[in-house]
Amino acid sequence: MPKAKVNGKEVEFEPGMTVLQVAELAGEEIPRFCYHERLSIAGNCRMCLVEVKPGPPKPQASCALPAAENQEIFTNTPMVKKARQGVMEFLLVNHPLDCPICDQGGECDLQDEAMGYGRAGSRYDENKRAVEEKFMGPLVKTVMTRCIQCTRCVRFITEVAGEPEIGLLNRGENAEISTYLQKAVTSELSGNLVDLCPVGALTSKPYAFNARPWELTKTETVDVMDALGSAIRVDARGPAVLRVLPRLNDEINEEWISDKTRHAVDGLARQRLDQPYVKIDGRLRPATWGQAFQAIAERIKAAKPERMGLIAGDLQDAESMKAALDLFRKLGVASTDCRQDGSKLGHGPRESWLFNSTLAGLEEADALMIIGANPRLEAPVLNARIRKRWLTGKLLVGVIGEQADLTYGYNYLGDGPEAIKRFLDHGPIQKEKPAFLIGQGALSRPDGAEILNLIGRAAKALTVVKDGWNGFNVLHTAASRVAGLDMGFVPAEGGKDAATMLDAAEAGEMDLVYLLGADEIDTNKVAKTFVVYQGSHGDAGASVADVILPGAAYTEKTGIYVNTEGRAQIAERVVFPKGEAKEDWTILRALSETLGQTLPYDSLAELRGALIAAHPTFGHIDHAPGHSSASQFAVNKIGVAGEVASTPFASPIKDFYLTNPIARASVTMAECSKSRALSLGLLAAE
Amino acid sequence: MSSRRLSPDQPQSFAFQPETLEKAQWWMTKYPPERKQSAVIPVLWLVQKQEGWISEPALRAVADLLEMAVMRVLEVATFYTMFQLEPVGKAALIQVCGTTPCMLRGATELIALCEAELGPRDHLSGDGLFTWQEVECLGACCNAPMAQINDYYYEDLTPESLKAIIDAFRNGETPAPGSAIGRRSSEPAGGALTLTDPSLYDGSRALPITAIPNAKEPA
Repeated sequence: MPKAKVNGKEVEFEPGMTVLQVAELAGEEIPRFCYHERLSIAGNCRMCLVEVKPGPPKPQASCALPAAENQEIFTNTPMVKKARQGVMEFLLVNHPLDCPICDQGGECDLQDEAMGYGRAGSRYDENKRAVEEKFMGPLVKTVMTRCIQCTRCVRFITEVAGEPEIGLLNRGENAEISTYLQKAVTSELSGNLVDLCPVGALTSKPYAFNARPWELTKTETVDVMDALGSAIRVDARGPAVLRVLPRLNDEINEEWISDKTRHAVDGLARQRLDQPYVKIDGRLRPATWGQAFQAIAERIKAAKPERMGLIAGDLQDAESMKAALDLFRKLGVASTDCRQDGSKLGHGPRESWLFNSTLAGLEEADALMIIGANPRLEAPVLNARIRKRWLTGKLLVGVIGEQADLTYGYNYLGDGPEAIKRFLDHGPIQKEKPAFLIGQGALSRPDGAEILNLIGRAAKALTVVKDGWNGFNVLHTAASRVAGLDMGFVPAEGGKDAATMLDAAEAGEMDLVYLLGADEIDTNKVAKTFVVYQGSHGDAGASVADVILPGAAYTEKTGIYVNTEGRAQIAERVVFPKGEAKEDWTILRALSETLGQTLPYDSLAELRGALIAAHPTFGHIDHAPGHSSASQFAVNKIGVAGEVASTPFASPIKDFYLTNPIARASVTMAECSKSRALSLGLLAAE
Repeated sequence: MSSRRLSPDQPQSFAFQPETLEKAQWWMTKYPPERKQSAVIPVLWLVQKQEGWISEPALRAVADLLEMAVMRVLEVATFYTMFQLEPVGKAALIQVCGTTPCMLRGATELIALCEAELGPRDHLSGDGLFTWQEVECLGACCNAPMAQINDYYYEDLTPESLKAIIDAFRNGETPAPGSAIGRRSSEPAGGALTLTDPSLYDGSRALPITAIPNAKEPA
């Protein structure tokens, strides 16, 4: 490897690195505004100037200068310092001095660098430039006078998000950032623009003037809005969750998160269930925990096990599902299901419901067939990764299902199962690492098990699974789903699945349905049944409930979530549950005691121990199995062999912004949904 | 120069005329098919030749033709000030040079005249016949002050001669371009003072050619 000297210290570097990266290797921090690791190099802010020998006797922009063998790089000479001070002075010529009223204050790159390179006073006596505000949609607030034209936003929206809607208009002193005709940005990743902006030009609209960064308690946890389990940091002040920011995790989300992950948190303060309710004479009345448990116990003791059912929702942590499952199994109930969307996964080998190539591994794939999924809506961050791979020109994408705008080009192969059948007698393809991406749109239908088998056989024919590579990928939409399937939260022998339970309830054949945060079901069907709803939000499930047990939202409990790759991650508690609400597993533990079926764990640690003892995969925190078991995975044997209907696949996500109770309680998400409908022409402009 | 914006008045649609499209295709063939967006500047120029200005529907048509994001087309159209983003006068687009040599020779008066005659710069005049702009150096400093009107240079202008030219355009005429004081190209005012000997031009001074330089010696 070539060597270079940074301030006299020798470092080895990879060929192709820039001077800036080499200096970072040596531990020298270079100030920068336009340079960003995950975006193309623009070289227009000039803040990263360094002195390089051999070379011209002037400062050089290190972000755009390739490092060379035996180069001597100086980052702290008087010349460098003076050059950077000059750049900073020019940047500040037109930058307003409004830090006290700027939301970026306290976490602003320009503010920080001005501490090191700014002058105490200004030598500029002319009028400062002013730029008209631009509209960029409900999430991004603009104060364009603060813009320093680094064009990070332009590069992000063009390269990563794949919606080239932002540009730098005009030139020179008049240059300004704008969306085309000032329309709202239509990317599901638009919130990241705010993180990228090094100054306060683009700030978060919902968070405007809410808090200063130093007032916030910062907790590192994982996201539950989709099944990726993106790494996030949740900022709270007192009992209120104020914002969500992405954390770096190259395995999952790199450093992006979707708009729903970031902005649905205002839903955590609305529509909350903060005390138990019991329905008396047709009206829900506030009750004590004891009264609520008593009401449930009476019903459960009177009901036969086969006339009871348990459905778990999409945002549940593994511990509460384990506690609920254990309790209902103790009661002899076989009708338990965590697949409220009607998915047919959960039988056979664990690989059949995992994203086996891993999310990062998808960047090695050279062919990808998307079946019954719209990754742009189901996992926007994953979609950005597919696009990243596609941009290298090494990924061939095919789509079976809805013909949506995915931000990358693909060959459209058909809309339903018929298109898969074509591949059954297909010979091995000339690709090293082919992959499937199977959405719930293909599996959550009555013939889902047969389709899974069909896809499995096609995967076998196309050598999607082989030694050292497992490209059989199931993309889930629910954060709780893989954990549920891993612990066997499916109907036991003779039990009913979610859809059958609901049909039975409609026919009056169920005495009790326990909804553990389950809201994505047709609640009309349980109107005649005694419904217990345990959850955090007053949504569909609570509206039909006879007893409501207030639970904790994902920011209010510590729990294990398993993402679509099978990677178990621990979410941390950020704030305490609202009002009288309790962490979900403790509610189930207390209920079990009232029922005389006490669950054998008294603390979360004991519960986790029981969970890991029964299902060791939960013990492998932050580990995705990947292709380790590819050679034993008989992909052509999964599912159920049988006839499939030729109905086209439809994505399970109708409205990206309103997929779960938290998002539906969020004002911001409602605005986004309306804005998107307007831009799609579904709503007439007012 | 202020920030250039798209005109608030936009036509419903834009269509390439066949000859414009033919020329656009010719430009596009100069680049590899996957890089045809390289032709964006000449294609925008062709659109401006056809319509006189570049409208928002035209930007979208160009983006579709070159398979690029319309934002990228807008960036180019706003970057180059020669692209007109508002409708221009039917009779004439007057671009008065305001750079130093022209300014020293009286461009300020020309600009004042335009403002008095035609109203504010960069916008259509009240009658819709004219648009006038102040532009940077057009490279005809020998004949300062000057203005480009439509495709031609009108040079050695005074407020009076510019007014006569404007009036002529208003009456539907096209005055002869060039120097308004009868100067031939950029000769000194009042005619040439050097190189006046006619023998310089009739060939009589040329030496007879005896050998062609670098030619092969005859065998």
